[in-house]
Parts: sequence; C-alpha cells; structure tokens
Amino acid sequence: MSLGRVYAISEKEARYILRDPRSLAVTTLLPLVLLVLFGYAINFDVREISLAVFDPDSTPVSRDLVQALTRTEYFRLVRMLPDVNDAEHALASGQAKAVVVIPTGFGADLAAGRTVSVQSLINGSDSLTASIALGYLEGMLQDWSLRYMKTQLPRDSVQIPITPKVRIWFNEDLSSVLFITPGLIVVILIMLAALLTSQTIVRERERGTMEGLIVSPITAREILLGKLLPYVVIALADVVLVAAAGRLLFDVPLRGNPIILLALLLIYLLSALGLGLLISSIARSQQVAYLMALIGTLLPTILLTGFIFPVSSMPDALRAAVQLHPATHFMIIARSMSLKGASFGVVLPRALALLSITIGVIALTVSRFRKTL
Amino acid sequence: MRSRLRHIIRKELIQVRRDRRIMAMLVVAPLFQLFVFGYAVTLDIKHIPLVVCDRARSSESRKIAASFPRSGHFDLVDETDSPAQLTTNLVSGRALVSLYIPHDFSKRRARGEEAELQILIDGTDMNSAGIASSYISRLIAHHLRTDEVSISPPSMVTHEPRILYNPDLESVNYMVPGVICMILGTVMTAVTALALVREREAGTLEQLIVTPIRPIELMLGKTLPFAAIGLLDVALITLLARYWFKVHVAGSVGLLFIASLFFLLTTLGLGLFISTVSRTQQQAMLTAFFVIMPSVILSGFMFPIENMPASIQWITYVIPLRYFVTIVRGIFLQGSGMEVLWPHLAALIVSGGTIFMLSALRFQKRLD
Repeated sequence: MSLGRVYAISEKEARYILRDPRSLAVTTLLPLVLLVLFGYAINFDVREISLAVFDPDSTPVSRDLVQALTRTEYFRLVRMLPDVNDAEHALASGQAKAVVVIPTGFGADLAAGRTVSVQSLINGSDSLTASIALGYLEGMLQDWSLRYMKTQLPRDSVQIPITPKVRIWFNEDLSSVLFITPGLIVVILIMLAALLTSQTIVRERERGTMEGLIVSPITAREILLGKLLPYVVIALADVVLVAAAGRLLFDVPLRGNPIILLALLLIYLLSALGLGLLISSIARSQQVAYLMALIGTLLPTILLTGFIFPVSSMPDALRAAVQLHPATHFMIIARSMSLKGASFGVVLPRALALLSITIGVIALTVSRFRKTL
Repeated sequence: MRSRLRHIIRKELIQVRRDRRIMAMLVVAPLFQLFVFGYAVTLDIKHIPLVVCDRARSSESRKIAASFPRSGHFDLVDETDSPAQLTTNLVSGRALVSLYIPHDFSKRRARGEEAELQILIDGTDMNSAGIASSYISRLIAHHLRTDEVSISPPSMVTHEPRILYNPDLESVNYMVPGVICMILGTVMTAVTALALVREREAGTLEQLIVTPIRPIELMLGKTLPFAAIGLLDVALITLLARYWFKVHVAGSVGLLFIASLFFLLTTLGLGLFISTVSRTQQQAMLTAFFVIMPSVILSGFMFPIENMPASIQWITYVIPLRYFVTIVRGIFLQGSGMEVLWPHLAALIVSGGTIFMLSALRFQKRLD
C-alpha cells in the first residue's frame, strides 16, 4: 500500500466535496439544525395533555379533584363537558387527549367512607402518549385519595402506608436533552457517513471514471482508504460541532474520559463509513445507493438502536438482531460515558462488540469491492 | 401528447425495472419496515433489570421484593447485601432500578409508622425511568391492597381507565400509519429529487430537450410511475396490516387513497423542485435529506406536536406531512371521516397544488 496513492485519491475526493459548497453546508448544518430541533422543539416529557372533564357531582370535593389534576403541568383543562355523551366527540375531534368522568354522588360517597370509581377515557392512537397519560392519571388519583384520607378521615381508621422514596440518578430532572444529545450524535453520524460514502464508488462507475482507476496501478484497498479519509474529517468536524453546541446550549456533561470516548467514536465512525462503502460497491446506480443508505439507516437507527425506544422491551429475536447494529453499542457507550462518567472497564464489553462489528464490515467491504467493471 | 407521455412513462418504468434493486427498495422495504417496527416500537417496558438489597429480611419485605419480578415488568439481575453494590450495578448499566429495603422496615410497619423503601432509578433514559417509577407505585399500591395487615383500603378512589381507538396500546397500530407516511413522505421525495439531475449527469438531458417532448409531459412522465408505486405501497401496507397484523381499519379506504394521492403531489413536486435546483446527484440527495429530516421530526409522527413550544407548533403548519399523518391516523385508528378530516385534506390539496405548480414552472424554465 502506497501512502502517496492513497493521498492522491483522498485529495481528488476532497476536491469533489469542496467544489460543491451546498453539500458541504448540508453536512455541517444538518446536525446542528437537528440538535436545536431536538433540544428546543422535541419534548419527550409529555406535558400539558389536553383534558376534558365531566363532573356531574360538582361538589367542593369533586372540584378539588379536578383542580388537583389540572393544576399540574401534566394536564391542561380544555373543557368542562355538559353531557357525558360529549366525551367521545371531544376525543374524536382531537379537542382533548383524555377525558375524566367523575361519578354522580362522588363527594357524598367519599364522605360516607365508600370507595368510588373515577372513569377516564384516553385516546390511544398515539400509544406512547397514551401510556404516559395513563400513568400520570393513575398516580395523581392515588395521591389525591391519600391526601383526602389523611385530612378528612379520623386518624386511627387510616393505615399509614409504605412510601417509596424514589431518587433518580444521572439525569435528575429526567431532561430529554441530556438523553437525546449523545444519542443524536450517534444517529446523525451513521446517517451522514453512510449517505456520503455510499455515493463514492458507484459515482465513479456511473460516470465511467472507474475504468481510469482500474487501469492505474492503484490497488483496491488504496481506493477504499483514500475514499474514506476525507469523510472521516467531515464526520469528526460534525462531532465536535454537535458536542460543543450541546455543551454550550444545553449543558450536556462529559463526565467520562474524553480520549477514550474519542477513540471509541473513531471505531464507530469506521463502521459507519464502511457500511456506506459496502453499499456503494453493491449498488449499480447512485439512486439505488441513496435509497439503500436512506432506508437502511434513517428509520432503523432512530427506532431500533435504543435512541428513543428501549432495546430491552423488543421481542427476543429482534433484540438479538439489533446487536449487529454498531449504533446499538455505541449508543450505550456514548450515554454512559457522557452522563454517568463510566470508566473504560465498564464499557469494555460494548467496545469489544463494536470493534468486532467494525472489523466485520470492513472485511466484507474489502472482499466485495473488486477493481473490475 | 398522450403517446409522448406514454413513451416517457415507459422509459422510466423500464429504467426502474431494469434495476431490480430499486424495485426491492420501493416495494419490499416498506413491508419489511412494517414487520420490524410493528414489533419493535413500544414504550411498554417489559424487562427492566433490577437489583435488590433487602436488609429487613422479613416475610413482608421478601414478598415486596418478589412482587417486582413477578409483575413481568422487572428482571431480577442481582441480589446483594451491600448497598454499595447497588450503585455499581446502576453505573455499569447492569441494572436500571435498584430497590433497597432498610433494616427497620418491618419494625416500623409493625408499629404502624410510615415505612420507607428506597428506590434508585437510572434516569439517563427519562422515558423508561418515568415508566419504571409509575410501575413501582402501582406495585406498592397493589401490595397494600392485598396485604392482610392493612385496616383501610390504600385508596378510596379507584381508577377505571378506558383506552379508545387502540385499546391494547399496540405499537403496530401506531406504526402502520407511520410507515405509510414515511414511504410516501421521504422515499418518494428522495427518488424524484434525482429525476432530472440523473439525466443531466448522464448527458441524456440534451437529447430529451431536442425531442418534441414538452416539459409538462416530461414532468408527468417522471412522476407518474412513482405515484403509481407509492399507491401500490399504500395498498400493500394496508392489506398486510389488515390481514397479518389484524389491524382494524376503522375508516374509509377510499378516503385514504384520495389523501395519499394529494400528498403524493406535494412530495413528488418537492422532489422535482429539488431536482431542478441541483447540479449533481449528491447535491440533490443531500438537499432532499436536509428537507426530509426536519419535516419527519416535526410532523408529529414520532413526537406529539402538542408537546412542542408554541412557536415551533406554528412552523409545523407549513409541513404537509403533518396533515397527512393526522389523516392517516384518523382513518386507521379513529375511523374519522370527512366531517373531521376535511380541514387537513384541504390543507393537503392547497399545499400539494402550490408545490406542484411551483415546481412545474421552475421545471419549464429549466428546460427552455
């Protein structure tokens, strides 16, 4: 392998990138735009769920319950329903995500020491919001009931309960930016890296410049390496930008050792770039390469690697399959090193898995790519 | 005109057919996605890894500790005597939740005092943490309800929830509309974005210009095959959802196709527009990607729009995908008809018409 020839290929590829300022702008701006969107716009913390209430009881006690539900940031009272039959319409029209129906005689029953049942209707179309809203309602009714029993019922008739003292670690405010930023770097890197490198080889084929490369003394490995290097630089620039912006705008911490994290990131990056090159050596046109990269990385990385949805709750077969995805491992590494300050020893098993995947991808690419037409 | 248009369409179809892989991308991929995502995407957390340190060692404390794994939501990964071991497990990610039962737990319970359980949750993933915490309160409430020593019910208000439209909170119900939106909203834009640049890069655009083909014919010829493939995808996904996943399609399938058609106008138009403002295929792809990503994120497909700040919510009104997501979900899950969906359909027609007109004008100029 001659470094001079590798450099020549890299220089040619770099010129191609630099000649097209718009593409370069996209590769650097897109990660920042996404970070700002995820930081400011996307709130996983489900808040201000629109709530409609039907309260035929309308006693001070029932009004106190309604207040307790809507005073918090979790629910926002949009309407008091005049009739129970309006409940379905309020949900179907999208006016409210949830409806609480308080039974008649609510206050009187409670005062008489009888247990009462409060009904709720929740729009389940968005199953994620619905399950969170359900959890909130459950907890708030429980809390309200406990407070009522403590204040309104005679002392010795009330069982003093077990209190779970829950403390949250590493991300005390359950802030989604802290969760998202390290994950976003992982997702963005693989998408951009695969998308960019997926074009490199197939472009030469489509334009007919591959023949020129074939007759030159340059070897297949030199072509691959030369094509890869400029994109390593671009991707690293993206990482620095997103990490710096995350630090400055959202106070995302880096509690672990930055050198080790950077080394692991490079390994991850190689697997992403290798994946792009693999696509590029399989595809016959830029269009197909683009679609393969887009379909292969966009949704799977967002949905399957634990970026948002936990891997642990997937079905067993799928859980095993996503272990082959480099982002699954690097997601855990990035999060535990930045938020938990995990040491190298703790992430070692993940690092080894990542390394073997990277070696596998590179080996596959080298074996697939031939200097032929 | 009609025969010229037919020839262009035939040429595009031959090009699509000649490369088998593109067919695979356009038809097989969406079906595969539906399978994978239908099973994958759920916040119903099932195997939360748990470590327990029970210092009380009473029958009640053992019962509480055992109730966690028995609920099906937690997997006991370790039992330990040292509280320090709890934190190690949390940092290493071996456990997400740790339960510590202090040694005076049973004594306090016996004396009728308030007894504490200490629970630590790894909050890195705030969704899982929030849900785990709500499972824990439910477990403890349940323990108190069935516990023989309690003299009063733990709660005088019981909750009877009813989930409408998607009673089991099945994620496939949520993913079917999602996959339809993704395939029409992203893949179709991506394919057409390359339409014109491809010809230019291959040098065949000049040939097309010297033929008597008019720009509008070329434009229709470039988009109609993909519109047809898009509608075929919608049909396949709907069939698969109906007969494999047993998703009950509550609304009108006809309306679904009408909405898809208008939505295709916007995505194909957008793709063509990008195609006219790009010089190379790479440029077109990255531009399309730059437009697609934010519109997917802001469309409400993955993240509810109500949770966004007001200023961003205003921005989402210019994203056609937003209206389409609402319509498709409405049809699939809520059985909504025109009376509820018409404003969204109107928005789609207006945006589709405008975008397609604009790109038609731009296309015309570009070819002259």
